[in-house]
Amino acid sequence: MSHHYVVIAEARGGQLRQVSLEAVKAAQLSANEGDAISALILGHHLAEEARQLSLYISGQVHVVDHADLEHYSAECYCSAMLPLLESLQPCGIVLGHTAMGRDLAPLLAAHLQAGQISDVTSIHRSGSEVLYTRPIYAGKAFEQKRFTAAPHILTIRPNNIPPAAEAESPGQIVQHAYTAPANLRTVIKDVITKASGRVDLSEAQIVVSGGRGVKSAEGFQPLEQLAEVLGGAVGASRGACDAGYCDYALQIGQTGKVVTPQIYIACGISGAIQHLAGMSQSRIIIAINKDPEAPIFKIADYGIVGDLFEVLPLLTEEFRKALA
Amino acid sequence: MNIFVILKQTFDTEEKIVLDGEKVSEDGVKFIINPYDEYAVEEALRLKEQHGGLVTVISVGPPRAAEALRTALAMGADEAVLISDERIPADEYSLSTVLAACLAKESADIVLGGNFSVDQGSGQVAIRVARLLGLPHVSSITKLDVAGGRADVLRDAEGDTEAIEVALPALFTAQQGLNEPRYPSLPGIMKAKKKPLRQLGLDELGLPEGSFAPRTERLSLSLPPLRNAGQILQGDLKQQAAELVSLLRNEAKAI
Repeated sequence: MSHHYVVIAEARGGQLRQVSLEAVKAAQLSANEGDAISALILGHHLAEEARQLSLYISGQVHVVDHADLEHYSAECYCSAMLPLLESLQPCGIVLGHTAMGRDLAPLLAAHLQAGQISDVTSIHRSGSEVLYTRPIYAGKAFEQKRFTAAPHILTIRPNNIPPAAEAESPGQIVQHAYTAPANLRTVIKDVITKASGRVDLSEAQIVVSGGRGVKSAEGFQPLEQLAEVLGGAVGASRGACDAGYCDYALQIGQTGKVVTPQIYIACGISGAIQHLAGMSQSRIIIAINKDPEAPIFKIADYGIVGDLFEVLPLLTEEFRKALA
Repeated sequence: MNIFVILKQTFDTEEKIVLDGEKVSEDGVKFIINPYDEYAVEEALRLKEQHGGLVTVISVGPPRAAEALRTALAMGADEAVLISDERIPADEYSLSTVLAACLAKESADIVLGGNFSVDQGSGQVAIRVARLLGLPHVSSITKLDVAGGRADVLRDAEGDTEAIEVALPALFTAQQGLNEPRYPSLPGIMKAKKKPLRQLGLDELGLPEGSFAPRTERLSLSLPPLRNAGQILQGDLKQQAAELVSLLRNEAKAI
């Protein structure tokens, strides 16, 4: 087996995703001295993303740029990637635990008969051994794992591993041609971008989240306004999703997404254990709730007891002033 | 239509986690069908109601996992298979190899599973099974329509929705919003007692030892550090809002 790590990077909205730089760091933490690290990025109109990526990789940046690859598709991406991986023969592959990474990594793992450790939040070394920590039960507990056979495949949770520093000299960009596979069995007919221009919930540094206390779909407007001022994303509790106030894509909890932002603002969320599992690893938790007995206050760094519809506009105004 | 559902028995999502040495304690724990797998079971039943056919639920797990399979039978599944063998390691490579060996003996039109399990949460097994069986797959689906040997699905991708057409046979993993799972009815529960639930071990599957050796292993378990209650702000709401922003800037250094 070679001593070569490959980072599979991702673009979003014309930019390299932050999690891809964290994946470069994860490869550096996993690699032994002297191991090579290269990157692979697929998509369309990737000149800028490839250039950004090359600043952080001293090895090669492999680029497959084609209109058919604009949106992630398991079949097209695999057919573009597998010959490249075949020639690179990596001992490790690192991806973000994103919509793409969650789908692609197990496919590559099955194809390579490899082990995969998913959703890694930290990486430690103990002698020559590399240990990977990941949440189980959505963060109610953590397990530490290691690989017992190569190659190693990792997906890393956004916002947990620090991003890589710039390399001393930029890597070399290598373009590869793409040939569409014959007999595609899956075809993307349409992509409805609801989240365009928005920060992805799992990568957001600030999350403003609403629960049953938001009372309606319209009730999310003050949360949206606060999130916009803060450059954050809006999330929700299961209660709010089940009540039909918002899309399940926003749900945070043991069912739904787990988020670890710098600041989590829980609005009208009581703090059921299934919700706490999805957000209690956030750095700072702020709770806004009418009920002073709500369990969310027991884990919040700062609490405001009050009606969210009164508090949020005041808070939005104060942030707007402070960030001006 | 021949439909298979891969399901896992998990802790109820309201359970607290207590460690018992190097294991998670199961004392007094309520077990359920993994919520995402429950959407998969429901979708399989709806497909059967529309198109006819047979729904088989399959699980790899300890003997207690039979209860989850029994629940799926009570919801309306026709047959169940429990693969239970202490020699099967808790590694996704191993689990998917065992499941694929079982499914390879069948001719499935559709295989359904959950998007991930709420316990291990690695989200690997179903997608690995698709690859091992040579089936196309779409993960995290919120809608599934089947007609004329193909499926039209909607996939949730970080808030965006993709409309995808897939040639059957294929594997899908269920995301929240796909459907509202039914509760088992009383007659359903009675009927489930008579439905076939086969127990298989590795010997019946004909998998030689060594063909599913784990690729990863767990070294230790820990609980997250406890969070303590912080401060409840005082004063009128406008003052509190201003104080919060000031605390975030000066004390927490977060903005």
